[in-house]
Amino acid sequence: MFDTQLVMYDEDYRKILAVIQRLVRDANAKGIFVVDKNGQLIAEAGEVRGIDTTSLASLTAGSIAATGGLAKIIGEEDFPVHFHQGQRDNLHITLVAKRIILVVVFDDRSSLGLVRLRVKKAGTELARVFEDLQKKVDNPGAGAQQSPFAEITDDDIDNLFSD
Amino acid sequence: MSFINYSSREINCKLVYYGPGLCGKTTNLQYIYSKTNPELKGKMISLATETERTLFFDFLPLALGQIRGFKTRFHLYTVPGQVFYDASRKLILKGVDGVVFVADSQIERTEANLESLDNLKINLREQGYELDKIPFVIQYNKRDLPNAAPLEEMRRLLNPSGVPDFEACATVGKGVFETLKATAKGVLTDLKKLGR
Repeated sequence: MFDTQLVMYDEDYRKILAVIQRLVRDANAKGIFVVDKNGQLIAEAGEVRGIDTTSLASLTAGSIAATGGLAKIIGEEDFPVHFHQGQRDNLHITLVAKRIILVVVFDDRSSLGLVRLRVKKAGTELARVFEDLQKKVDNPGAGAQQSPFAEITDDDIDNLFSD
Repeated sequence: MSFINYSSREINCKLVYYGPGLCGKTTNLQYIYSKTNPELKGKMISLATETERTLFFDFLPLALGQIRGFKTRFHLYTVPGQVFYDASRKLILKGVDGVVFVADSQIERTEANLESLDNLKINLREQGYELDKIPFVIQYNKRDLPNAAPLEEMRRLLNPSGVPDFEACATVGKGVFETLKATAKGVLTDLKKLGR
């Protein structure tokens, strides 16, 4: 499942954004990030200014990959929930549908219990969105657009490196 | 695995620099980082030991420009080269779109190069990839050293199938961007094929 290229259209993005914007409010979170397991940032919501989101995405994926490796060593399939406690801010990280990582940043305006509860519901919703998205990739006839890269020429590629 | 985002009109690809310990993978990324305009690059992350050996990975996000209205972004990763970090290397190869193999030209590193190349093939296979089916470029690094093996000998051992290869001296940048461009080009050409 989900081993193929990830393709996201505007309508999917809006659905994902709606889920995480609601989660920011419901969980009293500071910021929320949706990251692909390969380290690509998919969406973000909340107070995310000043955060290096590209680095956050890559390190989150690295952390999930490393703990997934640890899980296998002790005979678990995965550790789907991670919690990191800081002095001011905390991180709650969950693996959704085995491919997507949901990162919640929260402080003492919220609590671990509340975040955990709200993430559970949002995670189910996100899983549904990504399942639909995957179906579209598997059946490109079902409303998908043609890849923008089908028509590129060697010149287009060379132009990227012209300087 | 590339990520095409129609909403932000971006395409993201993952390149991995592989090779034996101390061959210059991190040096390649450091040179690229030092020579790239600030607006085109993100922060470079190095998860290294106190003695600056790569512990998990280095990471450098780069923006290359636009193709057909899509911003192309490449995420460059290195693996830890030391033999005992194999579990970490496997993790970093997940979702890879293109691989650079950095070989150490020093004649006494011949065995280490071959071992690392074999290890790359095995680890890729575990992820369901075949090396000859993904964009792959070889860089013969440290060509400036007096104990560098003859180029033809290295080619014969490491590049029998004749993939794009480059001589380099990563500390001064020779061959670094040529390697990167060839790999990025391979990845984009692959995307073009997939799009058909």
